[in-house]
Amino acid sequence: MNVSRRWLEEFLRRLLEAHDVANRLAMLGAPVDAVEPMHGGLDDIKVALVEAVAPHPNADRLRVCEVNDGSGMLRHVVCGAPNVKAGRKYPFAPVGATVPHGRGGGPMVLERARIRGEVSEGMLCSARELGLGQEHDGILELETDAPPGTPFVAPAGLGDDRFVVDVTPNRPDLLGHKGIARELAASFGVPFRLPAIPGADALDIPSPKRTGASGELGGIRFALEDHEGCRRFHAALIRSVKVGPSPAWLQARLQAVGVRPISNVVDATNYVMLELNQPMHAYDAATLRGPGLVVRRGRAGESLVTLDGVTRTIDAATTVIADAEGVIGLAGIMGGGNTEVSNATTDVLLEGAWWSPAGIRRTRRRLGMTTEASYRFERGVDLWGASDAIRRCIELVLTTAGGTLVDSPLDLWPEPSHPPRIFLRPARVTQVLGVELPVAVLEQHLLAIGATVLAKPDDQRIAVDVPGWRPDLVDEIDLIEEVARVHGYDNFPVELRHFRVGSVPDAPVERLASDVRRGLVGEGLLEVGLLPTARDAADDAVRLVNPMSAESPFLRRNLLPGLVGQVEQNFRNHLRDARLFEVGTVFRARPGQRPEELRRVAGVVTGARAPRHWSEAGIADYDLWDIKGLLEVAVALANPGARIQVQGNSWVAIAPDGTRVGHAGPLEANAPPWAGPVLGFELTLDSAVRPAAHYRPLPVTPASERDLALIVSDDVSGAQVAEVLRREGGELLERVAVLDQYRGAAIGDGRRSVMFRLTFRHAERTLRDREVDEVERRLLRALERDLGVKRRDGAAQAAGGD
Amino acid sequence: MTELAELTELRERIRRIPGLDAAALEAEQIALLGRKSGAITELLKRLPGVPEHQRKTLGAELNKLKLTATQLLDARKQELAAAARVRRESVDLTMPARRRWTGAEHPVTRVTDEILGIFRELGFAVVVGPEVETDWYNFTALNFPADHPAMDMHDTLYLDAPPIQESPGSGRLLLRTHTSPVQIRTMRTSSPPIRAVMPGWVYRNDPFDPSHAPAFSQIEGLAIDEGISFVDLKATLVHFAHRFFTDDTKVRFRPSFFPFTEPSAEMDVSCRICGGTGCPACKGTGWSEILGCGMVHPKVLRAGGIDPERYTGFAFGMGPHRVTMQRHGVPDIRLLYEGDMRFLNQFLRASPDADV
Repeated sequence: MNVSRRWLEEFLRRLLEAHDVANRLAMLGAPVDAVEPMHGGLDDIKVALVEAVAPHPNADRLRVCEVNDGSGMLRHVVCGAPNVKAGRKYPFAPVGATVPHGRGGGPMVLERARIRGEVSEGMLCSARELGLGQEHDGILELETDAPPGTPFVAPAGLGDDRFVVDVTPNRPDLLGHKGIARELAASFGVPFRLPAIPGADALDIPSPKRTGASGELGGIRFALEDHEGCRRFHAALIRSVKVGPSPAWLQARLQAVGVRPISNVVDATNYVMLELNQPMHAYDAATLRGPGLVVRRGRAGESLVTLDGVTRTIDAATTVIADAEGVIGLAGIMGGGNTEVSNATTDVLLEGAWWSPAGIRRTRRRLGMTTEASYRFERGVDLWGASDAIRRCIELVLTTAGGTLVDSPLDLWPEPSHPPRIFLRPARVTQVLGVELPVAVLEQHLLAIGATVLAKPDDQRIAVDVPGWRPDLVDEIDLIEEVARVHGYDNFPVELRHFRVGSVPDAPVERLASDVRRGLVGEGLLEVGLLPTARDAADDAVRLVNPMSAESPFLRRNLLPGLVGQVEQNFRNHLRDARLFEVGTVFRARPGQRPEELRRVAGVVTGARAPRHWSEAGIADYDLWDIKGLLEVAVALANPGARIQVQGNSWVAIAPDGTRVGHAGPLEANAPPWAGPVLGFELTLDSAVRPAAHYRPLPVTPASERDLALIVSDDVSGAQVAEVLRREGGELLERVAVLDQYRGAAIGDGRRSVMFRLTFRHAERTLRDREVDEVERRLLRALERDLGVKRRDGAAQAAGGD
Repeated sequence: MTELAELTELRERIRRIPGLDAAALEAEQIALLGRKSGAITELLKRLPGVPEHQRKTLGAELNKLKLTATQLLDARKQELAAAARVRRESVDLTMPARRRWTGAEHPVTRVTDEILGIFRELGFAVVVGPEVETDWYNFTALNFPADHPAMDMHDTLYLDAPPIQESPGSGRLLLRTHTSPVQIRTMRTSSPPIRAVMPGWVYRNDPFDPSHAPAFSQIEGLAIDEGISFVDLKATLVHFAHRFFTDDTKVRFRPSFFPFTEPSAEMDVSCRICGGTGCPACKGTGWSEILGCGMVHPKVLRAGGIDPERYTGFAFGMGPHRVTMQRHGVPDIRLLYEGDMRFLNQFLRASPDADV
């Protein structure tokens, strides 16, 4: 909503400072997004007095003027305007000044010039040159007492500021200057009143004549059939108007808030809307067909060419205004082109109605159009203020376009009502706001918003008749907010009072997510948070009706594709080393139910395993064993019940119930030739409670280590060997580790030599060498028997029993 | 092997002493002169058993070898120590250190954790809810009037799926537009006193541009009990602002509108770029908007199964992505949704770039 400072000043009858206004409005709940000074291009223009006018010696149509611009020196100025007169004041642009609309149309810097042989030291300006209108017949004559040299904008009534006010959807009253003025009046603690319309003092506009659902005005019959879509309808008929440009003051008001002046009649309707938040519509009465107008629902097959030249379809949910031949207006949204007021119009029919917000919203959404009118009706205009609005509009038309009002305006109001009454309990105010405010203060705040207050001391409550322009005030709590707002949020204390600890426990999954993040950060990975959308269509992918991007209409089913995409982006930036992880939600559709949402963790690594150091020849790249390790870390942190198994050339994590909850391995990526392998893992978070680690006594006896080099055929896995070792090693075998693997001609094809280090320990005493020897022999026997695994000849060395 | 042959071998080993490195030198000293099993010691022990005619020559020879070996070992030891000293003195300690890769939580995660941590101290638990919701949870229960312009504040992303039946909460499936539905869930599954903060992703059908994203994180807060008032709301959030920013941060509350709170407010803090004097970042106001808040609307309490006459409460919501942008001066929100290592590496607690 654009608001003019000068318009507000008229309401409040005091000068306002733009930043003070912006701050006050912000603290009342209507923040000002921008303060735009108007006519900023006129700073150089001054008020000047023409002291003498003489004919130009060399040109019949030019005059030479002696101009007093307050500088103490008379300026010699050549002027072509026919209306220049000695003793009058005009806007003057001295040498060096910028004129907004010069000869070429754009800004022009004035220079000292010689015109037909006569020196000219500046320019007397027309309205058009100053960007104040189209008139260029002569220079702009000023009616002002301001002395020569005064900046032009102030006395011309042009200096203004435009506030761009961010109005929340609950406050339609702030879409008019009167509503904003009311708020400021409350803030300043002063009264406010409607600005006087020049020339309207002599007018006596009769009150509208109230009827039910039908009425007659100047031979036009009115019928209100759609009571749901229209609760109240005002009409006024003015004959013999002269349509033409509005007076300057009215044009300035509209321009200040960004509305283009069109004609006196149309400007009058816009003025009323911007002032009172009641959109009005003006019809050319001569274009109406048939004996009357009806407000009704649309019918299938009807359409209307609206003012903007677009053909609009109409359906049975659309409220319309129709004459005998058909629809002439989309109620509350836009009028029809055929009944538009033109320069030839003499008889004007004014409409000021209350249209149902829900109906307006439905129709304007269906048609995909929003107008100044629909925006206001959708938020709710003042049902009880419509009579004042139409009288205001009549005043404006009569003073700016002449004409005579036919009869009293008509007020079709089938079911008259009063604004709602709400009861406010002072004790409830204290309960919600935490501060006890005296009843007198409550009443004062409610009066400031325009409510009518009736104290009911006997039943401890205040009866409040809410003002009609506040459709948002429905319940007691709405009044409590008003009290707090007018009281000023800053006037409530900041006082941390006692509180009880909550009964709600922490969500385990959030704690788990933090642990997982910390673990992967410890592994050197960097966290990302990607958009959770995906391109791929799988059977159980969740599709969006209105996706944020057409290429990615699905919600992601897993995290890794997004991470791989980011690694590829790093490749495109010529970065070879990337280590990323994400903890996020994935979605799987389930017919007839909400989609399944799983919290997962995934990581991707590629490139060097560590930063390069000058002391070393090079650093190896991340490989399969790194990603297996990361999966193990993730499983330990995020899903400790799962087991890791080999599947093909990668690993999977299997939950105790047999479902696959994660995997790790090499990934397909769009990688340049210089990139290392891209490896990744993904795992579902399982927030089941895990038991704390249990203490085991620290060993008090020495361990005995044996290294076994075993020839293992490729169809036997390391895990199988380890399993046999553990089984046969019994309690004495504490640990099995793999030290080394070797392949080569010495071993033969299809086989490898794997070096295991076995750690033996007896819990209570030192093991003797021969005891360990005996176990070792047992292990070797079992390995040969069960797996065909033998010790590598000559490689058997005890690491030494210490 | 005869003692003579052993002597020949010993002489050869002793000859090689000056070429040994430190470790081998240590081993050779033990192997030759060790008290238990040194080769020379061993031979000396065997002298009494050697025939008379050889014993004297052999003894003399052995003692000579022992002396030579000792001298050579000592000389070599000193030589190596000197070399080591020279090497140590010439180490250029300004050369870059050896480091490991440093990992990091995302800057938005860090901001989120910091915010949650402050509220934990104030007795709030961390609670979460689903990202797919029904319109009942996302709008109806939160007092959004049907077919009202307030809905335009939330440009909603809907799922391409038929409405579901639930009790309560049947309706059309959508991606939640705010974390406020978790308020309803928390109220319905627990009873006052309730103190909870609810982090999570929310979704809007917004363009992906420097200042908008179709998905972003939010932290919701909720406190419900007997006697909770607007004063508690202000005090709690001012405490938060002083902890999260600085103690001298100025805070103000402005009236605002959210369907699910009343009175509603926006909380501003003094602009940390200009300190409150006004700059382009704060649009000249000297304030920057941090969070929205208000007293829980009685209708919302009722939708959550809580008696609004007995209990009152406050709620608030803020956006960690936006706070992160302000804190780190990130000009384009889209950077926060990327895995650009150059960007992420700027937020490490310890940089891995070991510079000379």
